[in-house]
Amino acid sequence: MSVDAKTVRHIAKLARIAVSDAEVAALAPELSNIIGWIEQLQEVDVSEVEPMTAVIPNILRLRDDVVTDGGIRDEILANAPAAEHGFFAVPKVIE
Amino acid sequence: MTALTDLGVAQIRDGVAAGEFSARAVAEAYIANVEAGRGLNAFVVETPELALAAADAADKARASGELKPLSGVPLGIKDLFCTEGVQTTAGSRILEGYKPVYESHVSANLFAAGAGMLGKLNMDEFAMGSSNETSGFGPVLSPWRRNDGGNAALTPGGSSGGSASAVAARLAPGVTGTDTGGSIRQPAAFTGITGIKPTYGRCSRWGIVAFASSLDQAGPMARDVRDCAILLEAMAGFDPRDSTSLKLDVPAWEAGLAADVRGKRIGIPKEYRIDGVPAEIDAVWQQGIEWLRDAGAEIVEVSLPHTKYALPAYYIIAPAEASSNLARYDGVRYGLRVQPAQGGLDDMYEATRAAGFGAEVKRRIMIGTYVLSAGFYDAYFNQAQKVRALIARDFERVWAHCDLLLTPTAPSAAFGLGEKMADPIAMYLNDVFAVPASLAGLPAISVPAGLDAQGLPLGLQIIGKALDEQGVLNAALAFEERAGFTARAEAWW
Repeated sequence: MSVDAKTVRHIAKLARIAVSDAEVAALAPELSNIIGWIEQLQEVDVSEVEPMTAVIPNILRLRDDVVTDGGIRDEILANAPAAEHGFFAVPKVIE
Repeated sequence: MTALTDLGVAQIRDGVAAGEFSARAVAEAYIANVEAGRGLNAFVVETPELALAAADAADKARASGELKPLSGVPLGIKDLFCTEGVQTTAGSRILEGYKPVYESHVSANLFAAGAGMLGKLNMDEFAMGSSNETSGFGPVLSPWRRNDGGNAALTPGGSSGGSASAVAARLAPGVTGTDTGGSIRQPAAFTGITGIKPTYGRCSRWGIVAFASSLDQAGPMARDVRDCAILLEAMAGFDPRDSTSLKLDVPAWEAGLAADVRGKRIGIPKEYRIDGVPAEIDAVWQQGIEWLRDAGAEIVEVSLPHTKYALPAYYIIAPAEASSNLARYDGVRYGLRVQPAQGGLDDMYEATRAAGFGAEVKRRIMIGTYVLSAGFYDAYFNQAQKVRALIARDFERVWAHCDLLLTPTAPSAAFGLGEKMADPIAMYLNDVFAVPASLAGLPAISVPAGLDAQGLPLGLQIIGKALDEQGVLNAALAFEERAGFTARAEAWW
């Protein structure tokens, strides 16, 4: 399947990555090549297999539903580009 | 007298314990090499003060008779491991300046065992690359050069390229690496060192910056098999904070080492003989087969029929997981924020990610987003997960005929910087022999086997059954004894 400029812009939007016109022009053939190459998987007969969900059979463990950490607000905010009044700060989203 | 930086992990540990030299002297010698080796660009951050503090603690521990398993051993830590208070970037500008407030489980294990940290090692951005050229902090150089008299800059491989270069150039006796689709084994092969990816789940992923969570696995890289066994023993172990961590005791791999493959059946998968691989790779593979036969192993030809589909399956699964994992870099909680004037929240996300991620990371996020998007999920992602199940089944079936597999690690020796950057698929093909074991979660080691005509190292890979790191290490040790690989890069840096 060929990936056109419109598709590149759509997936860039989904991935929240701003792309310039020049980048779109470069990405369309690159992504087409890669997608074209991975399409060889379609020739494999997988009618009798389930999709793999675990590499090593392992049971998802349960633990008691209790608080095991927390109370470290300042540490969590320590690397934030903008933090105010004990919160992460982002551009205004509600007028 | 042997330079202290010629000593590996076991020799340092034993020498410090015996009082032959102080841990401080070892740390100082390695710190001097790290400084002298800056031209290789192997380290993103140097932490001599941490290496010295651990060394002083080791010397005190010796005096008081309280030595730990890695007392006196300074290590390099790949920049994918979160290190408390020390910048952790995963090779990306988007995390420049990020100082974790916690320590990864693996590095915490190493430090609790007495090891010190020389610094954080350069790598491909978010471990996406096979040459270290995608790093946001510039490519790492291999200490190796071709014997043609030229000074062409060669890649140490990737993504653990800083790790490989540091060990090969004697900037560290051992390092941590991570392997998602060959990122420990291929750089080990390119630089003439040893590196093992253990069974998926042996090492906790907690605190390792996530790339493709179903594949990511930490492992050691060092100069020989014994040193890898020692380091892996310290790194591994159950961790309830990683839901895929295996709740198993860590075997005493070092104590269990025996260079003995008598009676072992070594499988040679015929699908790993692929077109376009240099004759020298086949020759060194054949030599390896002879060495293991000479060591008493039985050599059997085997088949892993879905091998050719491993790489394309990997390039659906890994980018899909990456597109999800890397959604967290949004300019809000850590790292870079780019706020366009007049822009809203979505504009900030898009501008931040456009500025912070490099080209290969963007490419993989977009491929991952595409294969997971509405209408394509079944055709790509589910199909790849089914093919992955078939690849794992190939391995399960092959164990009826053999105990271990011997293959080349990479389809070539190290290449020059810039040679493959223009063609993503040519770069991806570097991991053609490494990816199947990653998809199946199996332990696999790369050991140096010899030099090619240009004087560059070639490695062979030994793959084992799940949880049989001991079998892998023992076969590698038998291999290592016969290979007698002592070549090292002449210092030019």
